[in-house]
Amino acid sequence: MLIFEHSRSGRINKAQSTNPGSLANSIPEKFLRKKRAGLPEVSELQAVRHYTSLSQKNFSIDTHFYPLGSCTMKYNPRCCNSLAMLPGFLARHPESDESLGQGYLACMYELQEMLKEATGMKSVSMAPMAGAQGEFAGVAMIRAYHDSRKDHSRTEIIVPDAAHGTNPATAVMCGYKVREIPTRSDGDIDLDALKEAVGPQTAGIMLTNPSTLGVFDRNIEQMSKIVHEAGGLLYYDGANLNAILGKVKPGDMGFDAIHINLHKTFSTPHGGGGPGAGPVGVSERLIPFLPIPYVTHNVAQDVSQEGEQFHLLTEKECPQTIGRLSTFMGNAGVLLRAYIYARMLGREGMKRVGEFSTLNANYTMVKLKENGFNIALNTRRATHEFIVTLKNEAKNMDVNAMDFAKRLLDYGFHAPTTYFPLIVPECLLIEPTETESKEILDQFISAMATIRTEAQENPELVKNAPYSLPVKRLDDVKAARELDLVFRPDTDLKP
Amino acid sequence: MSDIPGDLKYTKTHEWLKILDDKTLVVGITAHAQDLLGDMVFVELPELDTSYNAGDDCAVVESVKAASDIYSPVSGEVIEINEALTDAPEIINKAPYEDGWIFKMRAEDFDEVENLLNANEYEEFCASEEH
Repeated sequence: MLIFEHSRSGRINKAQSTNPGSLANSIPEKFLRKKRAGLPEVSELQAVRHYTSLSQKNFSIDTHFYPLGSCTMKYNPRCCNSLAMLPGFLARHPESDESLGQGYLACMYELQEMLKEATGMKSVSMAPMAGAQGEFAGVAMIRAYHDSRKDHSRTEIIVPDAAHGTNPATAVMCGYKVREIPTRSDGDIDLDALKEAVGPQTAGIMLTNPSTLGVFDRNIEQMSKIVHEAGGLLYYDGANLNAILGKVKPGDMGFDAIHINLHKTFSTPHGGGGPGAGPVGVSERLIPFLPIPYVTHNVAQDVSQEGEQFHLLTEKECPQTIGRLSTFMGNAGVLLRAYIYARMLGREGMKRVGEFSTLNANYTMVKLKENGFNIALNTRRATHEFIVTLKNEAKNMDVNAMDFAKRLLDYGFHAPTTYFPLIVPECLLIEPTETESKEILDQFISAMATIRTEAQENPELVKNAPYSLPVKRLDDVKAARELDLVFRPDTDLKP
Repeated sequence: MSDIPGDLKYTKTHEWLKILDDKTLVVGITAHAQDLLGDMVFVELPELDTSYNAGDDCAVVESVKAASDIYSPVSGEVIEINEALTDAPEIINKAPYEDGWIFKMRAEDFDEVENLLNANEYEEFCASEEH
């Protein structure tokens, strides 16, 4: 039910209504509405009940296991929120003088340094406001690099077929042509196809390693060599950083630009559109092109300057920068949460993130295999996520991946990612993350096994799931074909 | 296995091609392809009077599961597009080899058509893809 449907003409909330005639008097007559705004008219209690009830319908990490592959839905410690909301942070005005914000700038500098250390890159800018913007910044830097060398023949970006859809989209946004290369059946990228694809037209390659297939590409050093020898640069999509945190560094693999999804690996809120953060890291040759502002640390000349050591770099110091991506330096509150999380983990903790996320994924994978499920690439060790393919179930029981996903909701588990990566038929991409206990993983495994038995004995039961949720199966064909997001009180609301 | 008519030619990217006369071809996607993709919700047709090389992406079909490029099976010029698909993309699901055709083209070089897969080869290819 929409809040508009609770609306009754003239019902208002006295405590919050403004004094009539006080505020809007100075607006010229011609700008005033002729008709009342189409807003819901409800009491305070109705508004509270409506939104509380909506929040109770949510599947969230606070209420449910959320093994959404490629999204790293891990638990974000509460103290990251509470410390990021200390009054000194909350009340700091972004336009205030740098000398008054040294504490905040020190935190941001330290976060930059920690991200550099964790990724093995030479410099980091936290200006991008989201993962997608980080991707854009990364490829824009690659472009700026080639342009600065007057190397204008480089018009192509290579993207493997298992890539996230944002990769080819980013390349196109930056004015490049996308060249797709295939993945071999063992999950690694086809090196021969890569050798054939590179040339003087190659601006770079965009890679996710571990890939979206949940395996670490063993030929990364060779790929790096092939692309670099052709004059291209390597871009690292940080989506799966959780698996290798504290273990392997993209910088050591030969990457020139990377973006980091702080909301996946560093415990900031998953946005649903924002506010997010997508810091970028670069190798030596891309440093001049980093987006601004980012924090630098001036070693004080004498004691009197000690208080003003941290400074935001701007166009003046970075003339070759790709520019600004937002008004200030990213989303301050989000970056602070990541800073606190990284400080809590420390170097040792980061290593354990990689180890436990990988252990949880491999445990769940092996147990599901024992329960009769087919694992894609089942000769490989999983990273932080793995793929179940329900091809046989779809063929023999007529119950597909979507049916399994819907039935899981009835058992109190958020569905894994379905039908991605596109190159594996009837797949579920499962990522347990390091924050789940063995008991929860066992419950999930047991639910999957139960659903498999149900699919054998009573396929209709699974095909019509879910039964326990406020919304049953949606008509996604109709939703896609007749997309209509505008509520019209006059026509849509039945009296 | 889905329906694979014997009189058509096929690509490894799951397009089918039918020879209308010595210059004209009609192109669509196979029953197997539409089955994998699921219910179609959107079709982006190729540009009329535009020439494509064999293997160029020239159209897009989008289903509830995924968006997928359609590749030109041979080199040539697009001479007719199936406008009916714009309003009713589900025709591809219902009749992939008949009313669900996507575009017609004038081939530059008919030898390219000979190099495509025949029905048996395409069936084998689909089976090998399934492992």
